[in-house]
Parts: sequence; C-alpha cells; structure tokens
Amino acid sequence: MSVIPLLLSLGLALVCPPLLLGVIHKTKAILTGRVGAPVLQPYYDLWKLLQKGAVYSRTTSWVFRAGPLVSPAAFLTAALFVPLTTPSALLSFWGDVVLWAYLIGVARFITVLAALDTGSSFEGMGASREVTFASLAEPALFVALAVIAKVTGSVQLSEMFGPVLGQAWRTAGPALALAAASFFLVLLAENARMPVDDPTTHLELTMIHEVMVLDHSGPDFAFILYGSALKLFLFSVLLVRLLVPVHIGVVWLDLVIVVAGLLGLAVLIGIVESSMARLRLIRVPQLLVTSGVLAAVGLLLVWR
Amino acid sequence: MAQGIDLILVLAMLLNFLVLGSSRLRACIRAVAFQGVLLSILPLLLHQGDLAVHMVALSAGMLALKGVLFPWLLLRTLRDGSMRAEIEPLIGFTASLLVGAVATVVAFVLSSRLPSLPSMTSSLLVPAAMTTLLISLVVLVSRTKALTQVLGYLMLENGIFLFGLTLVQSMPLLVELGVLLDLFAGVFIMGIVIYHISREFDHIDTYHLTTLKG
Amino acid sequence: MLLGVVLVPLVGAGVAFLLRSNRLRLALLIGIAVFHLALVISCWYQQPASLLGGWLAVDALGRIFLTLVSVLFVCAALYAVGYLQHEPRRSNRTFVGCLLGFLAAMSLVTVSQHLGLLWVAIEGTTLASAPLIYFHHSQRSLEATWKYLLICSVGIALALLGTFFVALAGSDHGADQLSLLVSELISHAGRLHLPWLKGGFLFFLVGYGTKMGLAPFHTWLPDAHSEAPSPASALLSGALLNCAFLGILRLFQVCLAAGLASFVQELLVVFGLLSLFVAAVFIVGQSDYKRMLAYSSVEHMGMLSLGVGLGGAGAYGAMLHAVNHSLTKALLFFVAGNILLAHGTKIATEVRGVLRRLPVSGALLLGGFFAITGAPPFGLFLSEFTILNAAVSQGHPVVATIYLALLAVVFLGMGAIVLPMAQGQPVAGVTGSSHVRGESGLLVGVPLVLLIAVLVLGLYVPPGLKEALTHAAQLVGGTP
Repeated sequence: MSVIPLLLSLGLALVCPPLLLGVIHKTKAILTGRVGAPVLQPYYDLWKLLQKGAVYSRTTSWVFRAGPLVSPAAFLTAALFVPLTTPSALLSFWGDVVLWAYLIGVARFITVLAALDTGSSFEGMGASREVTFASLAEPALFVALAVIAKVTGSVQLSEMFGPVLGQAWRTAGPALALAAASFFLVLLAENARMPVDDPTTHLELTMIHEVMVLDHSGPDFAFILYGSALKLFLFSVLLVRLLVPVHIGVVWLDLVIVVAGLLGLAVLIGIVESSMARLRLIRVPQLLVTSGVLAAVGLLLVWR
Repeated sequence: MAQGIDLILVLAMLLNFLVLGSSRLRACIRAVAFQGVLLSILPLLLHQGDLAVHMVALSAGMLALKGVLFPWLLLRTLRDGSMRAEIEPLIGFTASLLVGAVATVVAFVLSSRLPSLPSMTSSLLVPAAMTTLLISLVVLVSRTKALTQVLGYLMLENGIFLFGLTLVQSMPLLVELGVLLDLFAGVFIMGIVIYHISREFDHIDTYHLTTLKG
Repeated sequence: MLLGVVLVPLVGAGVAFLLRSNRLRLALLIGIAVFHLALVISCWYQQPASLLGGWLAVDALGRIFLTLVSVLFVCAALYAVGYLQHEPRRSNRTFVGCLLGFLAAMSLVTVSQHLGLLWVAIEGTTLASAPLIYFHHSQRSLEATWKYLLICSVGIALALLGTFFVALAGSDHGADQLSLLVSELISHAGRLHLPWLKGGFLFFLVGYGTKMGLAPFHTWLPDAHSEAPSPASALLSGALLNCAFLGILRLFQVCLAAGLASFVQELLVVFGLLSLFVAAVFIVGQSDYKRMLAYSSVEHMGMLSLGVGLGGAGAYGAMLHAVNHSLTKALLFFVAGNILLAHGTKIATEVRGVLRRLPVSGALLLGGFFAITGAPPFGLFLSEFTILNAAVSQGHPVVATIYLALLAVVFLGMGAIVLPMAQGQPVAGVTGSSHVRGESGLLVGVPLVLLIAVLVLGLYVPPGLKEALTHAAQLVGGTP
C-alpha cells in the first residue's frame, strides 16, 4: 500500500467538503432561475469568518468555546476511518463503524452542550429539537449500517464499503437499496438539509441546526461551518460508495469515480431541496421513522 | 429474473408503508394502484415454461382492474363526493408506521415457521403476502374513512393474491376470473355506497356510522 | 338441470333490469321462483348428472340446502308481492333484479363442489344482497349496507386465503396437484398436508363464519337483517346463513376424512356456544324487534354449529334444525314485516296489542315465538332436543348445561319482548297507517303456511325427508 493515495484521499477529505455545499447551492440557484453565488463561495465565507474576531457572551463558560473546536475535531477523526477509495482509510480496525457513528454523536453532543451553555431559551429549543430528531435518526443509521454489515460480513468501514459490496448487490440488491434509501434520509436529516431543516432560513421557529449555533461568531463559526460541511462530506462518501461500488483497482480512476459520485449526489440534494418544501416539524419524526422502517425491512430481508 | 421478482416484492411491501404513512388520500389510492400494477406483472415472471393464456389473462385482468379501473373509480368518487382528501387515522402516522414495521417482523417470523411450501421461485413471496395482509388489516381497523377502508380491502386482496401466486400453476382460470369479477363488482358497489354515504352524511367517515348498535 | 337452477334466475335478473313495468317484474319474480322450485323438486326424483367435470353436482347436503333456498324464495317472492304494495311508490327494478341474482348465487353455492367456485358463489351472494339491504335508501340502511359489504367482504377474502391454504395442503406431493374438488380432496384425504389443512379450516371458519353470523364475527348481522325490507331479511336469515354454513361444512367433510375430526369438531362446538351466549346477551332487553330476530338467527346458527360439532346424532339434529329454523325465521320476519307496516316502528315497546289490531298476524307472532324458542310441539323443539340429547349421550354434560341455560335465557328474553307486543291495548296515535294494513291475503297467508309446516315437522317428519337428512348428516360425520 503506497502512501500517496492515502495522503491524496485525506487531502480530498480536508479540501472538498465546502465544495459540496457550493455545488448544492449552485444547483438550487440554477433550478430556481437565479445565477447564484460562485461554487467556491463557501470557501470565501470561511476565509472571511476566519479573519474576524470572536465575541463571547459573559454568561458562557469554557463549554461554549469547546464546542466549535471539539465538533470539527470529532468529524476529522471520523474522516480518518472513511474509505474514499478501496485500500485507503487511514485508520481501520474491526468494529470501527461503531466508533465512527459515536464520533458523529460526540460532535452532536458537544454542539448541543455549547448551545445550552449560552443559557438562551432560544438555543435550548434548537438543542431540544436536534436531540429529539437525532434520537430517531441514529437508530435508522445504525440499522442501515447493520444491513451493510450483515451483507458484507464485516463491521469495519473500509471492508463494509469495499469490493465485497459490489458482489453483495447481486445477491441482496433489494435490501441494500432499502439501506441506501434509509441512509439518504438520514443524511438529509443529520445534515439539516431540506425536508427536515431549512439551512438557509433564519426564521427562528423553523430552524433546528442553525439555531443552535447562532451565538458563535468569527473563527468559531467558521469551524462550525467547516465541521458541518465535513459531516455532509462523510455521509455523502459512504452513500456514494454504497451506491457506486465500483472498484477498478487504479487509485486515480477510483478517486475520480468517487468525486464524480459526490458531485452527482450534491446535485441530487440540490434538486431534492428545490423541489420539496420543508416538512412541518411534527411530520419530521414520521420521515425519520420511515427511514428506520426502510432499513429495518432491509435488515429483515438479509437476516431471514 | 429472481432479482427482479424480489425487487417487485420489496417495492410492493414498501407501498404498504406508503399507505400507512401518507396523509393524502390521493397518494394512498395511487400507491394501492401501483401495488396492483406490480402484482399484475408477477404471474408472468413467476410462470415457468412457455406463456399460457391462463397467465396472460390473469395479468391483463389484474392490470385492467387494479391498475386502471379501481383507481379511476376511487379518484372519481373522491372528486365527486367533494370530501376532504386528508386522512385522519385513529392511530397516528408515526405509530402506524411502527405498527407496520412490527407487522412486517411478525410476517417474516410467521412465514419462516410455516410448513414447507412447494418449490417457489422467490422465498420473499410468502413474507410479502403476509406483510401486505397484516398491514391491510391495520389500515382497515385504524382508518375511518369509507374510502380508506376500501383501500384496506384492496390491499387485503393484493396480499391474498400474492399468497395465491404460490400455487399459480394449479388454480383454474375460471376461479381466478371469478375472483376478479367478484372483486370488480364488490368495489363497484362499494363505490356506489360511498357516493351515497358522502351525499347523506356530508362526509365519508365511518366513525359516524354508529346509529345501529346493541 | 343444475345449470338451469343457476342460470334461470340469473337470466331472470337480467330480464328484470330490462323490463319497464313493476307489475311485469313481479310476475317474472313469481314465475321464476315457482319454476326454480319445480326444477329443485325434480332433483329429488331424478338425481341430476354432475356437470363441468364434477364442479357442479348435487349431493344429499346440497340438495337439502338448495330446497330450503328454493322454498323460502317462493315464500319471500309471494310475500314481497303483498309487501311492496304497501311500500311507497317506487320502481322495484333493483329489488327484483337483485333478488333473482341473489337466488342464482345461493343456488350456485349449494350445487358447487369446487372450493374455488364455492367462494365465487358466496361472494356473489354478498354482492347481490347488498342492494337489497339498501332498499329503503335511508341513513340507517346505508350504514347497515356499508357494514354488511365491508365486514363480509373482508371475511370472505379471508376465506379465499383459506381456500389457498387448502390448495397448498393438496400440493405437497410434487407434480400431481390435487384440485379443489371436494370429492377429490376427500378421496385423497390421506395425502393432505395437515398443518395447511388446519390453517385452511380456521380461515374458512372465520371467513364463512363471518357470513354465517357466528359470534364474534356477527357484528354486521343485526344491522343488515333489521334494516333490510322483510322479504329480504327472511331470505338473508333463512337461506343465506345456511349457504355460508354449507361453505364451512364442505371443508369440514374434507377435514373429517383427513382425520382432523376432534380438532374441527371442537372448534365448531366452541364457536357454537359462543354464538349462543352472545345472542342470549343481546336478545335480553333488545328494544328493536327485528334486531331481536336477527340475534335469534345468530343463536340458531350457533346451534347448527354446535350440532355438527357434537357429531353423531347431533349432526342429524343440526340438519333438521336448519330446515326448521329457516322456515320459522322466515315466518317471523314476515310477521315482523306486517307489524312494521301497520305500526311504522321497529321499537318493540311502541308496539302493543298486535292481537287486537292484527288478529292473524298477532296469532302468527305468538305461534312463531313459541316455535323459534323451541317450545313443543313445533319442529324446533324436536331438533333442539336431538342436539341436547347428542350432547348428553356423548358425555358433554357441561356443554349440555350451558346450552340449556342459554336456551332458557333466550326464551325469557324473547318472551319479555314479544308477549307485551302481542297483548295489551293498541297504543293510540301510533304513526303508520290510518287503516289497518298488513292483513291482506298474501301477507298472512305465506307465514300461515310456514307455521303449519313447522308444526307438522314437529309432529311428524316424513320418511323421505328423514332419509335425506340422515344422508346429509352422514356426510358431516353424523351417525343415525
């Protein structure tokens, strides 16, 4: 195993995330008949934020400051386990899928704590929503991952999304399709995308994720934005690897395929966002339960 | 081939959940219609050997009735009756979905316990049939609109049809056509009754059909 | 001839929808009813050949039920002629057409030997009779029709599932799949896969039991029977319920041959007693006299199920009871129709002094009440006693005790409703008619004939009938 592909994919993981956001925004702009911001706009935003200073409320404690640091860190750690191409997760061990899922959980936990630390009832509301929905999304995620684990006979991310998956599609296609559908719904929910949360709105009553991070500013907010972009990237990579289990063997080609898949997914998300209205809050749990049910049926199909 | 059959069966199962989770009557009618269309393809796929008139007639009948005629009839009733196209279930949507998931698990467990079946093309056939049966019962019990009860009945029929596919080779054509004819007449009469209900009661909620008791 | 039994009414139904005049349609109804009866009677003298490769055939069991259907239909048709004169002027096209279609479907039930065809026929009876229940076009009849259609359709759909189970039970042995012909299933009973057959019987019991009115699947029955016009109620109660029972009996025969006797008999006994119990509970204090009669049907269906479940002499008792109950229940529904016409209400407490106001109907009501509750010397006493005797002699003292106690409850419950209706002073100012209606020829003639028939059956069972009943009982596990 050479070092170059590893470094390359790590580099991609570090650089790419805001690009996905840019593509989504551009797609939405085109579909709604606007010119829209440049695809690279998220990078400019991050750069702008990094140059500003941060403001801290006097009522906040160290937890508030830890939030924006810990959550991107957790996502970065999680990124190490995600195989962009086949033999190329930097870290990998038996059962790392559980660690991966809980790293996502840690990031959410610290974000919620930071939001609560402000003492604002407003952010508390966002935190409460986030946790409520997460408690439905996480089981769905785990069940979907369990389907893949069962099909591939592995609980190691780089093997679960490895070459075995391609053959598994031939034997357990319906189950994997269900898992993919479930995973897509979880992706939308976890990343505060459209039918669940409107990432562009600043109407307080409808926001979920955005409302938790309102008090963060400057570099802190940049870290948070970068962190959430990275989270979207991580989920997207797994979904693309699930849907396009191509394994040619030439690292460059594989990487190109994955990146193309990522861009395609970003466009798809953009299309979903511009064609759907945000669900009423009381309907969101239903969507997440649907996602869980899809995955559960998939699990039943492979576990008979 | 086997993959295709499995895919159709899984889709048919998922449509059950769509009916459970959707609050729009129109969407539910379309889902059940689509389920009927999917099922109408199955006899042709499951049939081994050369294509018999039997199978083609069955498929065509299914397609014409469940895919075209019934949805048209129900949608027309929905429009003419000027009734609200929202479903107000006795059990909430999320709870319904969970009940549906439990029903699916039960169906899989049950069908794994069933005594051995004759050789079948797809091992998913019986679980899919059971799932559809159980969920149709949930729909029948928990939805109070006359139209949704008809939908539940159609889903029940779909489930039974799926089950009947296990012996698709041995059922005589006459019987199956008779079943289809009965089904047609049944839904037709139900349609008429629903029309009358919507006229007499200004709604089609059977929750209010409670004069007769004791 | 068998085809004629089914096709003649069916063609008649078609013609009825084409005819323009109400009078002509009624004439057609009577004509076909009588012709049908003639065909059926000829079946008794000459065994008709089986048709369609054995799909259609008349055996002892089917012949009894077919004759019952035909006799009751003639009575109902004659009564309907009298009854419709008093209904508000309205086209009777749907009513007559559906009655004839109903007759065709019921005849098909009794002569079909193929479980699939049987299913089609029973579902056909539901569809043909639904418009009959909706005859009055009121909110209440609408509610009754909806419940009838939906509950029975769902029940019968489950029976279809049961039919598939039976087919699976016969398909266990590789290539040579058994057909669903009852005779073929019986002769190859040893090869049937028992778990599937058991499942099939359960679904038959639930499915056709819904149609038959076995508790706890009876919930549609009181509504439908009370809201339908009286001629239709009589047919629903007297003929249709028997047809549904025949559906169960067909598979029962197969189960007996396959050695599942104790399993299926116990089921029938349990459901029979449960129906008796539920009926007794709902009859006591019932305010609507037509509903009371409907619950009484549930009770008697329970008795049929109990009798067949007990086996031995009980099966003969059940067959005899089916005959007696059909005649008596039709009689009572006709009388109830007369009372309804004269009083304009179905509330029992608002009906008083029937004996004074409608002397013949009042006497028939009392006679019918004593007959249906099994008082001697009517036929039902004989059949109910036979079933009781079977329970005791086969060592089921608990069943016998429960049976007797419930019969007593029903007797008291019905007495408390019917006796005040018959006696007392007519309530002044009851809505209904200014002049006393409901005493014209056909309206009392038909029930009178039925009452005499039941009375005769109680005193003397003709040897020919006895032989036929014994044959039928033997088919469902009875011993003389």
